[in-house]
Amino acid sequence: MAKERARRATERKPRRRVSVVGILGELFITAGVVVLMFLGWQVWLGNLIDGNAQKDESVALSQTWSKGERPQAAAVERPDPGPPVVGTAPANAVQFANLIIPRLGADYTRPIAEGIGVDDVLRYGIGHYPGTAMPGEVGNTAYAAHRTGHGSPFFDIEKMQIGDSIYIETEAGWYRYVVRSLEYVPPTGVGVLAPVPQMPGATPTDRLITLTSCNPVYTADERMAVYGVYDTWYPRAGGAPSEIAALVGATS
Amino acid sequence: MYGALWRVLPGPWWVRLVIVLALVAAITAALVLWVFPFVDQFVTPQDVTVEEP
Repeated sequence: MAKERARRATERKPRRRVSVVGILGELFITAGVVVLMFLGWQVWLGNLIDGNAQKDESVALSQTWSKGERPQAAAVERPDPGPPVVGTAPANAVQFANLIIPRLGADYTRPIAEGIGVDDVLRYGIGHYPGTAMPGEVGNTAYAAHRTGHGSPFFDIEKMQIGDSIYIETEAGWYRYVVRSLEYVPPTGVGVLAPVPQMPGATPTDRLITLTSCNPVYTADERMAVYGVYDTWYPRAGGAPSEIAALVGATS
Repeated sequence: MYGALWRVLPGPWWVRLVIVLALVAAITAALVLWVFPFVDQFVTPQDVTVEEP
């Protein structure tokens, strides 16, 4: 009975005409949907995936340095830690530090590798400009990261405010820098990397940090630089800064 | 095009629906995993560093 009905239905159905315009229309609609999916991936899903991967890598680095122990929060009143320990720059694309910026999120920690290669460093996190100072060193320690795509570590960089903390975590401990100013420069504005920014040849006496990314967001017409000044450091044995202790003590 | 695909799929409508959803999921995964990252390097600004001219 059912088979009979089905047979009759197929007999009655007129043969569909394949229309070129129809196929073309469906192709266009498909292309439109794919472009929308790409945009969704670019501004949201892709960054979510890459950003999480970078954060996990960063947390894993931190755990290696802590040798599996949970860093405790350092006491607010603590002895003077003395001048910061300064490491030596590793080979290109080797991760040696984490960048932790509470303003960019309570769980914001991203790995830093040596070099500024687009394919070997920046797609996996933050890059340290070769030849600039190391964290804690007198001079200017300079970093670059993507603002669009590949986890967009510096997507919200323009939201940084004067007085915000920038922490660099290395095996030795945590270095705290405080944001002092922002500057917008052309892509050739290498003065932001100078040991004394924009004063080439000057002898540095301060410990500074510079973060660079592209500007405006989604374009590469300009570069923006965030400058910070060294405040203090926290040797690993003495515990993490209380502002980020919950984050660096997290287990995953 | 999609009409023809629907007609060549076997089984009752719900089996076809499952097959179509599986196809959509597979294509989406391929786009996100391989196609989008590849296209991205040509359409997204990659320059975030300051460099000598």
